[in-house]
Amino acid sequence: MTQGSPLRPQPRFPEPDTEAFWEATKNRELKYQTCNSCSEIIFYPRAHCTACGSLDTSWNTSKGEGAVYTYSVIMQSRHPAFKDLGPYALAYVDLDEGFRVMTNIVNVSNPVNDISCGMRVKLNWHDQGEGEIALPMFEPA
Amino acid sequence: MSQRREAAIVGIHEYPLRVAPGVSSLQIKAASAAKALSDAGLNWQDVDAVYDTGTHQNIGGLGISEYLGLKPDLIDTTSVGGSSYEFQANHAATMIASGKANVALLTYGSTAHSDRRAIGTGGATGQGSPTPFNNMEDPWGMTLISNYGMVKARHMHQYGTTDEQFANISVATRYHAMRNPEAVKAMTDLEFVGVNEITTQDVIDSRLIAWPLHLLECCMVSDGGGAVVIASKEIASNCAKKPVWIIGGGEATKYRENGGDITVSAGAQSGPKAFADAGVTPGEIDVLMAYDSFSITVMCMIEDLGFCAKGEGGDYVSSGILKFDQSGGPALNTDGGGLSSNHPGERGIFLLLESARQLRGESTSQVDGAQLAVAVGNGGQLGSRHSTSATILAAD
Repeated sequence: MTQGSPLRPQPRFPEPDTEAFWEATKNRELKYQTCNSCSEIIFYPRAHCTACGSLDTSWNTSKGEGAVYTYSVIMQSRHPAFKDLGPYALAYVDLDEGFRVMTNIVNVSNPVNDISCGMRVKLNWHDQGEGEIALPMFEPA
Repeated sequence: MSQRREAAIVGIHEYPLRVAPGVSSLQIKAASAAKALSDAGLNWQDVDAVYDTGTHQNIGGLGISEYLGLKPDLIDTTSVGGSSYEFQANHAATMIASGKANVALLTYGSTAHSDRRAIGTGGATGQGSPTPFNNMEDPWGMTLISNYGMVKARHMHQYGTTDEQFANISVATRYHAMRNPEAVKAMTDLEFVGVNEITTQDVIDSRLIAWPLHLLECCMVSDGGGAVVIASKEIASNCAKKPVWIIGGGEATKYRENGGDITVSAGAQSGPKAFADAGVTPGEIDVLMAYDSFSITVMCMIEDLGFCAKGEGGDYVSSGILKFDQSGGPALNTDGGGLSSNHPGERGIFLLLESARQLRGESTSQVDGAQLAVAVGNGGQLGSRHSTSATILAAD
């Protein structure tokens, strides 16, 4: 991150549903849950299964590969951390394991033209500071 | 099928100003309530049910009765974003039909413009109590407009819908706005570039705010508000104006799901329930008041309520039938909509107000002989968690 540029809004804790997910990003691991009762994939993280209500769930680590489900390119943001970025891409990415994340698509020169729905992407981690969480962004695979 | 005639909109008022400095949202609510009750020929103390979203100066169900000076027997604080007023109208009709209340008051007031609230482009603040939603969404710089932009992008990818097709929605609402003096004043006061009818090319040529959404596909940020009075059939038969009957309703929420189809809104659940409740079909509807936060919102409402098949909305809106003086389909947002008349943040109440004006014969873009209208609200954010509620209304 450029020195002196305002920090993006960060996840805040205590928040017991998502804390383990963000803790794992310090090791550059993208975590998701599955239900031990019905095998449902649970994301974003919660303490219960969203399909059957079971409290018996497991954490898994994604390979970090997937496809762009959809995206938008933001031309105008008034937020201090984003207003001077130039056009940047917000997206939903479908990971190959079967869960959908909100994220940014980076390392494209022209986000409107260089991104498309269905395009293959892979993880690109963005550290937020020494000992802090990292943000799982994606780039063309 | 014989339709229910148990509860009706009997009084309406739309606060005329879109730029209202020095006035509070609560004052807009109270002033609108008085005018709507007067419109109905009812008195302040006739109100025995109060509906309030609690989103105005943080005064909700606990404080609103005190502020207004009412002692209602029934209080409903359903608050699900811009569609709250359709939820509330449906709830009021049900409770009145069951005998729990006789005169329900819905009010709305907002000073979003005068407060300089950057509703569409502000992005997450990273403040307040942390929630799972905030923690998974705040870091990405999502603006409200880009949230809807993701839905439009997927619609274009999945069905081949074009920018030009989407632009027809903005063209039709502006066509109606230019016939509504309050909408013309709104666009003038808010310093719109070109207070005139527009073409699809004008929409495509307007600047991108969040690709693929252009400026003229995005609603304005205004001040404003209004009030609706809903009463039992016994009271409605003695009111000053013709009753506008609430004959059916449906409500639902939808949210981001793993593998889910983002182009399908909560209206796919609530719309068919509302039509079944009312005993009418989309083909019979004369006026469609569909929440136009953005062009894509209207596209989803049209498809999901069944005016055309899913994915065929692009062709449907391009046929010109959305204008009030064209036949073959419902007239869309005949007040000018959120795109060209007013959008103070929660537009749902205006859908009920213009539906009532149409079914009374009082619209500035009056559909000849209008008998049936749908007010379909959409609240929250279409690309993540949102609500869609439909209220179906019939002329007396």
